[in-house]
Amino acid sequence: MSFNLTLIAQAVAFALFIWFTVRFVWPPLLRAIEARQKSIADGLAAADEGRRSLETSTRQASDAVRSARERAAEIVAQAEKRTAQMVEEAKVAAKDEGLREKAAAKAEIEQEVSRAREQLREQVATLAVAGAEKILRREVDARAHAELLEGIKRQL
Amino acid sequence: MASGKDFNATDYIQHHLTFLTKPVGEGGFWALNIDSVITAAILGVLALGIVWWIVRGATSGVPDRRQAFVELAFEFVDEQVRGIFHQGDRNRFVAPAALTVFVWVLLMNAMDFLPVDIMAWMLENVFHAHEFRLVPTADVNTTFALALSVWLLMIWFSIAAKGLGGWIHELLCAPFGVKPLWASPLLVFFNLLFNFIEYVSKPLSHSLRLFGNMYAGEIIFLLLWLLAATGIFGTVLAAVLGLGWAIFHILIVVLQAYIFMMLTVVYIAMAHEHH
Repeated sequence: MSFNLTLIAQAVAFALFIWFTVRFVWPPLLRAIEARQKSIADGLAAADEGRRSLETSTRQASDAVRSARERAAEIVAQAEKRTAQMVEEAKVAAKDEGLREKAAAKAEIEQEVSRAREQLREQVATLAVAGAEKILRREVDARAHAELLEGIKRQL
Repeated sequence: MASGKDFNATDYIQHHLTFLTKPVGEGGFWALNIDSVITAAILGVLALGIVWWIVRGATSGVPDRRQAFVELAFEFVDEQVRGIFHQGDRNRFVAPAALTVFVWVLLMNAMDFLPVDIMAWMLENVFHAHEFRLVPTADVNTTFALALSVWLLMIWFSIAAKGLGGWIHELLCAPFGVKPLWASPLLVFFNLLFNFIEYVSKPLSHSLRLFGNMYAGEIIFLLLWLLAATGIFGTVLAAVLGLGWAIFHILIVVLQAYIFMMLTVVYIAMAHEHH
């Protein structure tokens, strides 16, 4: 164990190696690593941004769905109301129509009845005249007895 | 176990602990441990070269497996530095320096895993190097070179952060506050003494911790291989113990590299602090 020129030689080698590392080895690797760190940080920030915008759009979508649902419910309620109203109106109209028809039928029946009564009266009068003829066994002068016949007819 | 019949424990250990030293001038200091310098240089160039090659094509998109591995080391070192160094832009110097220290020291320590005798045989017969020590961090020159470099950086950053006057003022007025300077020469003396001790102990503990651990690891391996030379039983026992020590050594190798890096960062961070 003794010191000699090796000391100086190794110190020079050491200095050269340090210079080489400082100059050529460290900077490019540092640049590469820092660039990668930056891109990773950017990626993370972008992911964060994406998550935030996803949250926003999810919220917006659920808002839209909720308002659409409300609107649909409103429309359905309106339709139901309208339906009930229409049914009510139809009911009223049908009732009116029925009443009207009933009245018309009644009028017609009454007309028929009176006509039938008229005919009956005619026929009874004819029968009465015929009966009277038979009773009298002779021609009755219709003209002469018109007044009488009219009177009988009216009594029937 | 190279030599066979006239096997001698002292020679064996001495052989494995001798550096391949080439004198380059007069006097003991003017010599170079070729093995330490070459191994350290090859490991540094290889490791940083591969890292540089991978990093050159680094993508900020999905990294492939090679890049992910380098980024793993990057993130590990950067995390440690981030926890300690708050006095400026760590990317400008401290963090890359810490990465250099960690990778380089880790690889130099890891040379301890290579089986010494197989490597010695190969080096002897292929490269004709009779002596060659493979672990540069078990060479006190290497660890001191690193620690003293960090020490110089520490002083440099201290002066850069506080100015020369601020640094000298801090040597005289910390840890015990003296105001004004001439109020208590005794305290100034103690401050100076404390700071002196601190400045001496920092590189010493920094370098000797690493050196001691790696050197001890090497010695224990050598002792186990000596045991292996005593016969069949010794070989089996040494193989089992060697496996255990090698597995434990994985922890030591990584831990010492980590500690060396952390102390480097801590010392440089402390130099930036104002008292």
